[in-house]
Amino acid sequence: MRKATLWNWFWILLGLLYFFLPLLATFHFSLRARKEALSLLAYQQMIEDTRIWQALLYSIQIGLLTIGLGLLLMVPTVYWVHLRARYLRPMIEFFSLLPFVIPAIVLVFGLIRIYSGDPFPLTNTYAGTDFLLIAGYVVLTLPYLYRAIDAGMTAIDVATLTEAAQSLGAGWGTILFRVIVPNLRSAMLGAAFLILAIVLGEFTIASFIVGLRAFGPVIWQVGQNRAYEASALVIFSFLLTWILMALINFVARRAVVTSGPR
Amino acid sequence: MAFLVLEHVSKRFGNLIAVEDFHLAVEKGEFISLLGPSGCGKTTVLRMIAGFELPTTGRIILEGEDITRVPPNRRNIGMVFQSYALFPNMTVAQNIAFGMRVRREPEHRIRERVDELLALVHLEDKRNSYPHQLSGGQQQRVALARALAIRPRLLLLDEPLSALDAKIRVTLRSEIRAIQRQLGITVIYVTHDQEEALSISDRIVVMRAGKIEQVGTPFQIYNFPQTSFVASFVGMLNTAEAEVLDPQQGLLQLDGAHLLSADPGLRRRKPGERVRLSIRPERISLAGEQLKDNLLQARVEDITFLGAVVRIQLRLGNTLFYMDTFNNPHLALPTIGSTVQVTCSKEAVMVLE
Amino acid sequence: MLSERRSAASGALRLKPLPSFIGLLDWAGVIPFLLFILLFLILPSLYLFVGSFQDSSGRFTLENIRALFTPTIMSAYWVSIRISLLTALLGGVFGFFLAYALLSEETPTWLRSALLTFCGVASNFAGVPLAQAFIFTFGRMGLVTVLLREAVGLDLYEMGFNLYSFWGLSITYLYFQLPLMVLVITPAIEGLRREWREAAENLGASPLQYWWYIGIPILMPSLLGAMILLFGNAFGAYATAISLTGGLINLITILIGNQIRGDVLHNPNLGYALALGMVVVMAVMMSLYYLLRRHSERWLRQ
Ligand SMILES: Nc1ncnc2c1ncn2[C@@H]1O[C@H](COP(=O)(O)OP(=O)(O)O)[C@@H](O)[C@H]1O
Ligand SMILES: [Mg+2]
Repeated sequence: MRKATLWNWFWILLGLLYFFLPLLATFHFSLRARKEALSLLAYQQMIEDTRIWQALLYSIQIGLLTIGLGLLLMVPTVYWVHLRARYLRPMIEFFSLLPFVIPAIVLVFGLIRIYSGDPFPLTNTYAGTDFLLIAGYVVLTLPYLYRAIDAGMTAIDVATLTEAAQSLGAGWGTILFRVIVPNLRSAMLGAAFLILAIVLGEFTIASFIVGLRAFGPVIWQVGQNRAYEASALVIFSFLLTWILMALINFVARRAVVTSGPR
Repeated sequence: MAFLVLEHVSKRFGNLIAVEDFHLAVEKGEFISLLGPSGCGKTTVLRMIAGFELPTTGRIILEGEDITRVPPNRRNIGMVFQSYALFPNMTVAQNIAFGMRVRREPEHRIRERVDELLALVHLEDKRNSYPHQLSGGQQQRVALARALAIRPRLLLLDEPLSALDAKIRVTLRSEIRAIQRQLGITVIYVTHDQEEALSISDRIVVMRAGKIEQVGTPFQIYNFPQTSFVASFVGMLNTAEAEVLDPQQGLLQLDGAHLLSADPGLRRRKPGERVRLSIRPERISLAGEQLKDNLLQARVEDITFLGAVVRIQLRLGNTLFYMDTFNNPHLALPTIGSTVQVTCSKEAVMVLE
Repeated sequence: MLSERRSAASGALRLKPLPSFIGLLDWAGVIPFLLFILLFLILPSLYLFVGSFQDSSGRFTLENIRALFTPTIMSAYWVSIRISLLTALLGGVFGFFLAYALLSEETPTWLRSALLTFCGVASNFAGVPLAQAFIFTFGRMGLVTVLLREAVGLDLYEMGFNLYSFWGLSITYLYFQLPLMVLVITPAIEGLRREWREAAENLGASPLQYWWYIGIPILMPSLLGAMILLFGNAFGAYATAISLTGGLINLITILIGNQIRGDVLHNPNLGYALALGMVVVMAVMMSLYYLLRRHSERWLRQ
């Protein structure tokens, strides 16, 4: 075998080992809930734990609302900038990428301090905290959403598409929803699944704003005192992330997916 | 022994035979072109000589040394890539110096040689430019200078001009030829452009589907193609099916008209046999001042003005063929739809295998 | 300025020429976005910024900033920076090798695409579940720890290893750093053209010389970008750290977390200063990155 081939395989095997050992160990542990024999008891406990499913449902709802708000905010903005005000693009890009410099813990700190008192006492009501959480997530995932939409709009040359639609007599609503959005579908879907994956696993912001209502903090709490159930939950949440990533690959064959901040 | 010998070289990629039984001897200082349609294996031959591909069978011998398995960085064979492959992070001078730098040659020698090569390719004023600041033609000159800088034993060029526009292609190819003569270096030049191969080479190797069709000087290849593939690939060619009437006298019948051919290959044919004959368009002329062996009546279908040459499409019965005449503003061209008399010598009528 | 705007808008929406209006209209389209950013990004950041320079009764002071330079807080920053640099570097180097190996022509396609998808999953699989998975693996009762002890007689913890320490946390962080590196560097490696390598070899360069003179310089801008991404990724990490060590390790994110939760320092303004310090570190890293990148890209400009 060539030296280079050996070198390549060394890294691939090392990568495989490192990636799969923790999963293997967790899976192994999850089968040992009964002292005497291998069993699926941990999974049974997990399935019967209604708090987990309520929290997951809640986080999925928050994730979907985050995607909705994010798209509603970013699609028209980026479209506008592409079409009418290209010189504003650097500014939009700067603000969209800014959350990368501001760690989640800093963001949530600031959000709590501002929105726990007058003039915007958002943290006094459930609806208020939900909204604050969603807004925080929109900020957190803004860099990914912006890049996806901006790349999508660059790829389809929205200005020309718009002109073509206009010349055929289409109105603004028609252009945006019948022409632009369908052409951006794969870019938007890819970003949506990534956002969902980030939101479902997110802990930092959720734990300070809504605590145990969200999925991330609940996994944490289960891990604190019920190790076997926790291991089953780790496997479950890994599979969940896997499914979302597979969906991204499915909608956009070669989309480059980068991770969310922790 | 010849300077470079490719001994029955073949290359397979899985089930695909890219090069098959390629046998060629190249003399020192020769300029050889590999000519053939895209996908016929030209690049693969070049890459085997450079050492990027290992032949499946056969040997490559350079200056008496078997280099089949010598790694590419020890062969000292220069190569110019189709896409130039200039290092984008280095200036023109750094690109040219690269080969000497990795050989750890002394700095003053490198500087002298870079100056020399910049002068050779007329790029003295681009020394500190980066590749992306150069035009395609300039990039190709840098690639050439870079390959020559290491004083290679052999220079390989893979379609070096195919990405350039027509005018630069012609100037650059004569420059390449002039540099080759000046340095006396042995060159193997890959191209799919028959005109380029004809104009630049000492010898041409015509390839088809991984095999050699014919090897010869441009004169031989153009005037005496041995196969119908070579005949039709190199230059413009009229071909038509004809019936042999008298093999000994070379008499043929083409769409009702009689035609004489001097092709010796015709003697082996039997009367009544159908053969494929070919005539170069420039060997047909209007039957005016000089009558040749064959005289035909044909209808003018179309006239294309090509500058120096005027190409006239003619119809003889069901056969369409072209005739090229030199452009002469003082002679009137026939009109489309008229009937003209054309003539060609019997040497011009060839029978294809 | 005006002509620039006109040309930017040319061909799109045809408006009646109302010069003084055009600029305003352009901005109108981005107002919702700017408003949102103002409310949920700028204002919170500004609040922390201003608070860092105030005492509990709202008067201007530099006391909070000075308090950052006490040993506990400095060491928290320092540990955070070190762990981020270390995991960015290790993750960067290993991730690069792995990505390069995956993209090699000899690697079977199914393995390449399976591992690339896995990297997408692993780079997003962080926080609590990740910490727990590592406890099941390298914790005192973890599978690997137990196996090594019982089968090979190697006791990791006797040897000084501790999952709940700096190194343990680093190994855990690498689980998302490494795949993130693979994902972000893959397009750059794919952009390295085969002919560059072949041209270098043809001119007599060894593989090492190729990497030194051509491969690394060309990749440098992407490598720097990936490294800064990895640094920020680790620097802001909170969930993984808190669930792995339960807050025992002295990281800056954990200090801030404690501050939000229970105000252990009894001084919220110091908390703001802690957060401000994090943003400053990130800003410094970003500026450093831009400088290095400009330098490494000089052949692209000019
Ligand atoms: N690395 C390779 N793997 C598989 N097939 C190849 C490879 N290189 C070339 N081929 C195939 O070999 C044939 C000859 O290719 P090439 O030498 O590049 O032709 P040319 O240069 O004449 O256009 C083509 O069919 C091509 O697809
Ligand atoms: Mg080729």
